[in-house]
Amino acid sequence: MGRIAALTKNPVMIALVALLAIAGCASKKTPNSAADLGLSGAGAATPGSAQDFTVNIGDRIFFDTDSSAIRADAQTTLSRQAQWLNQYRQYAIVIEGHADERGTREYNLALGARRAAATRDFLVARGVSAQRLKTISYGKERPVAVCDDISCWSQNRRAVTTLGGAGS
Amino acid sequence: MKSILKPLLMIVAMALGMTAAATLPARALVELNVNKGNVEPLPIAITDFQGGDALGAEISGIVSADLKRSGLFAPIDKSAFIEKIANPDATPRFEDWKVINAQALVTGSVSKEADGRVRAQYRLWDTFAGQQMSGEQFFANDANTRRVAHIIADAIYERLTGEKGYFDTRIVFVDESGAKNARKKRLAIMDQDGANVRYLSDGRSIVLTPRFSPNRQEITYMSYESGQPKVYLLQIETGQRELVGDFPGMTFAPRFSPDGQKVIMSLLRDDGNSNIFAMDLRSRSTTRLTNSTAIDTSPSYSPDGSKVVFTSDRGGRAQIYVMGADGSGQTRISFGDGVYSTPVWSPRGDLIAFTKQTAGEFQIGVMRVDGSGERILSTGFQQEGPTWAPNGRVLMFFRDSAGGPKLVSVDLTGRNEQSIPTANFASDPAWSPLLE
Repeated sequence: MGRIAALTKNPVMIALVALLAIAGCASKKTPNSAADLGLSGAGAATPGSAQDFTVNIGDRIFFDTDSSAIRADAQTTLSRQAQWLNQYRQYAIVIEGHADERGTREYNLALGARRAAATRDFLVARGVSAQRLKTISYGKERPVAVCDDISCWSQNRRAVTTLGGAGS
Repeated sequence: MKSILKPLLMIVAMALGMTAAATLPARALVELNVNKGNVEPLPIAITDFQGGDALGAEISGIVSADLKRSGLFAPIDKSAFIEKIANPDATPRFEDWKVINAQALVTGSVSKEADGRVRAQYRLWDTFAGQQMSGEQFFANDANTRRVAHIIADAIYERLTGEKGYFDTRIVFVDESGAKNARKKRLAIMDQDGANVRYLSDGRSIVLTPRFSPNRQEITYMSYESGQPKVYLLQIETGQRELVGDFPGMTFAPRFSPDGQKVIMSLLRDDGNSNIFAMDLRSRSTTRLTNSTAIDTSPSYSPDGSKVVFTSDRGGRAQIYVMGADGSGQTRISFGDGVYSTPVWSPRGDLIAFTKQTAGEFQIGVMRVDGSGERILSTGFQQEGPTWAPNGRVLMFFRDSAGGPKLVSVDLTGRNEQSIPTANFASDPAWSPLLE
C-alpha cells in the first residue's frame, strides 16, 4: 500500500527515472531532467547511502525480450551490488521485477516475478543473505520509459534492487 | 478517501407478461440467420415509445443503439418514417413501413405506475408478413430505466435471431488515468454500452484483472494493497473484500469456476515460476493443477467445469494448453506461428478466444477447443485480453493507442468492431452474465 507513491516521492528515484528517460528516449521530449529537479550529478553521494548505491553501484539490470537470464553486463552490476550489500548490511532489500509492454498482462506479471527471482538468486549466490531479500513483480504496470519503441522496451525489461524494504 | 462503494442494483423484479393482443398463426416471419457467413444488417424501424415525456424517446434510443452496435441490425433514421404512431397497441399501417424497407417495426409505450415504478411495453411487428411477432411488458424502479431498454433490446434480438441477447449486462474493468509511468488504476463497473460507470476501488493500489462470478454479485481480481500482489474477492453491492487463500507469494490471474464455488489462479513458486491452483471457496481447500518449472497462468474453465485452458511457456514460448479440471492430460493446442496467451473459454463451449503475438503485432482470435480452425478477428499494434459476451457471439478486449488503452468489441465475423466509450483509459474488461 502506498508503495509506489513512496517510491516516486523519493528524490533519488525521481532523478533516476528522469535520467533513464533521457538515456532511453533521447528523441522524445521529457519534461524533467536531473537539473530541473535540482540534483547534482553522480559521485557526490555519501558512501553507504541509498544514493551511493543507486548512482555509483547501479540499482538495476536489464533483460532480453521474454527472458529472465542474467546477462553478462547484468552479472557485473549484480556482483557490484552484492559486494556493496555485503558491506552495508543495515538494508533490507526488495527486488522489483518488471516487463516491457510487449506481452500480455498476466504473463508479464509472471515474467517480472521470474526476473526478480533470478536476480535474488544471483545475489544470494554472491553471499547476500536470503533473509534480507524480498521480491515483487510489477509486470508491465510500472514502465520507466514510456515511448512505444524498442529503446523504451529495453529500459523497461528490468529488475531493480531497492533498499530500505519500503512496503515490507 | 470516501468509500466508492455503493449499492449497484436498486432494481428488481420485473414482471414479464404477454400483451393481450394475440399473434396470428406462424407464417414465414422475418428472421436473421446469424450463423451465415455474411449477415446483411436487418433494416428495422424503432419508433419513440409513447408517454413518459422524454423517457419514451430515451428508451427507443437505447434499444436502437444496442441493436445497431450488434452489427446485425440497421435502424432506420426516424426522419424517414411516414406513419406517426399514435397508439402503439394498434396495428400499424404496414404499407407505410414496407415502403421505407423496414422489415421489422418496434412500437412501445412507457408510463409511471402509482407506486413509482416504470412500466414499459413493446411490440415487434413483421411488416411484410403483416403481423405482430412478440409483445411484452416490463416493470422497473425509476433508477433502472436504461435496464428496461436493454431488456427490450435483448427480447427483440432474441426474437429475430434465435440467439440470446447480451445487452442487459455489465462490464467490470480497470479504469486508468494519469501518466503512463505512474498510472492510477481503479476497479470500475458499467453497463455494456458504457453507461452508469461506478468505481469500486479508490486508486491507491494497483488493481488488475477483475472477473465476474457467475452469480453477478461478486468479482475476483488482483490487488497490490497488501504490498505483495494478491487475489481478492469483492462483493459488488456491499463492498466487502476478502483475500483468497493464504499463500506465501504472489497470487494472480484469478477466474471463477462456472458454478461459482471455486477460484482458479496462478501462484508464484519460490523458484520464480508460476503454477495453477484452484481454491474451493467454501472448504478453503486448494488443489494444485500444474507443477512445472515454467510459467503456467491465465486459467479459464470450460462452461461445464470439466476442463481448464491456460497459458504455459513450458515448451519455450507461451502457448495454449488444455487440461482436465483435476490437472490431468495437459495438452498443447496452439501451434500457429507466434506467442499465444490469455485463453478464455466461450460460454457456449465451442471456442477459445486468445491473444496472439506475431510479426510485431497483437491479434485477437478464436480457435476450436482442440486448437483447430484458428481465426484472427482483430489485429493491432498492442491489444489483448478478450472477454466473451454471455451469448458467445461477441468479444471485448483492450487496445492501446493514442497514449493508453481503450475498450473495443468485435463480433465473431471480425467485421463489426465497435469502441466502447469510457471517460478515461480502460483495460481488462470482463463481461458479466445476463443480469436477472
